[in-house]
Amino acid sequence: MNKLKKPAHVLERTMHIIFLLCGLTAVLFVALTTVFLAISGIPAIHKIGIFKFLFGKVWASTAAEPLYGILPFITSSVYGTLGAIVIGVPIGLLCAIFLAKMSPRGLGGAVRNAVDLLAGIPSVVYGLVGMIIIVPLVREVFNLPDGASLFAAIIVLTVMILPSVISVSETAIRAVPKEYEEASLALGATKTETVFKVTVPAAKSGIASAIVLGIGRAIGEAMAVMMVSGNVANMPKLFGSVRFLTTAVASEMSYSSGLQRQALFSIALVLFIFVMLINGILNLIIKRGERNE
Amino acid sequence: MKKIMTIIAAAALLVTAAGCGGAEGETAENTETVVSTDGSTSMEKVIGYLSEAYMDENSGINVTYNPTGSGSGIQAVSEDRCDIGLSSRDLTDDEAQELDATIIAIDGIAMIVNPENGVSDLSIEQIKSIFTGEITNWSDLGGEDMPIVLIGREAASGTRDGFEAVTGTEGKCAYAQELTSTGDVIQTVAGNPNAIGYASFASINDSVKTLTVEGVEPTAKTIQSGEYKIQRDFIFVTKRNKQLSPAAQDFFNFAVSDDADKLITDAGAVPVKH
Repeated sequence: MNKLKKPAHVLERTMHIIFLLCGLTAVLFVALTTVFLAISGIPAIHKIGIFKFLFGKVWASTAAEPLYGILPFITSSVYGTLGAIVIGVPIGLLCAIFLAKMSPRGLGGAVRNAVDLLAGIPSVVYGLVGMIIIVPLVREVFNLPDGASLFAAIIVLTVMILPSVISVSETAIRAVPKEYEEASLALGATKTETVFKVTVPAAKSGIASAIVLGIGRAIGEAMAVMMVSGNVANMPKLFGSVRFLTTAVASEMSYSSGLQRQALFSIALVLFIFVMLINGILNLIIKRGERNE
Repeated sequence: MKKIMTIIAAAALLVTAAGCGGAEGETAENTETVVSTDGSTSMEKVIGYLSEAYMDENSGINVTYNPTGSGSGIQAVSEDRCDIGLSSRDLTDDEAQELDATIIAIDGIAMIVNPENGVSDLSIEQIKSIFTGEITNWSDLGGEDMPIVLIGREAASGTRDGFEAVTGTEGKCAYAQELTSTGDVIQTVAGNPNAIGYASFASINDSVKTLTVEGVEPTAKTIQSGEYKIQRDFIFVTKRNKQLSPAAQDFFNFAVSDDADKLITDAGAVPVKH
């Protein structure tokens, strides 16, 4: 008996170790990235001076006397992300309500397929569409000399965050117990009143995670933004050319050297910290949501 | 148990095989003769085409390229850290005391505007005023009443460097967009009637209008003869009092021979008249 059991036991142990190793890979890569970014990002911040680096308004990395101020990138990234959230979240939320509560079966399926497809489009394609359609359109509609601007980036980012906002808030809205809505309807509230006064408040922690996910997607996007924002290191203006944190790294990495290269790593570190903060907030929201339930 | 043993045996085999592969690679590199080049990032394409073709014909010789910028390349060759320095600017008088410069190709930079634009010729002075932001409307240049939008390249682009050096606008350009490739510049200028940009002469297509500069159209001929002004030389920098290694000398001879002309053209530059 014992002999028969042994191979199965060994296999079980081996598989357990393999699962564990695969599980640890993800942790390992996060740890490696963090350590790498910290090691390569901190020296430049130290050399430039943290205040000059974070709050300097001029980025001239290849000038004879280089200046490394990343305030234009930070503010552009923040404004761009905020803009996309302000426009994208209401649209995404209403779309999620439509999908979860209002849609006739056939149309709902079509909309959901479209949203899924939107999620799968590579960002370079968004950038291309933005560059060829949105940038000229912005120029003509607002009668500007040039359409490549923060505004064009906001529009592209809005479209890009829609899928995650829609699918996460739809799940949250669907998870609201039926009894809540039935009670509201029984008390004589209309369907719209029920949705906005009962369902949405009940799903608020899920919706909040949807927003945070959207922020994460928007702040980390590089390719599409690079193609529509003009990419000049100006302090942000809605209709001016801007450069985001992500595109600052992407556009100079290929030819940088010395302190300039180190400073790019420091920008990546700043971006990494932003994303960690966003993830932290997300975890907090989810935990609080669980506690409330 | 048997299965596991087999897996371990297979893994061990793989490791030894990989080990052998590594050892082989090392010995091959040791017997290879290396010709090292160092310098201008704008010459990347030209040097890439030349070295690839050369290495195809001469196995056993490895031509390396270190993209550090013209200044570093000149310094590297004067300190014997490489065989041939690459520069897209002329040598200074100081540098020319002990270094030799040989022009291997010429880079022509075309000024491009949208096909709808009525302007067809600009002088260097006008280009300078446009890019430094002194002239901001096409009507000042005989065109329609439209704002001028400057489309440029990212800070360390060789084309930008060359353009700003010739027009005397280094660090003073008020760009509306800084794009990361020639293709993007052409695409953007083609899509915006207000735009003006610059791009390497070989990559221009019909979607944009190429301006004549001081009345001269950029062609291989006018660039070679120097009539077209917005151009610069790509040069090989060598030490005057030091013989190149035989392999380096052979590569050098190849780069200045007629055989290299087609490669240089393919790489987007203009060959020198022999």
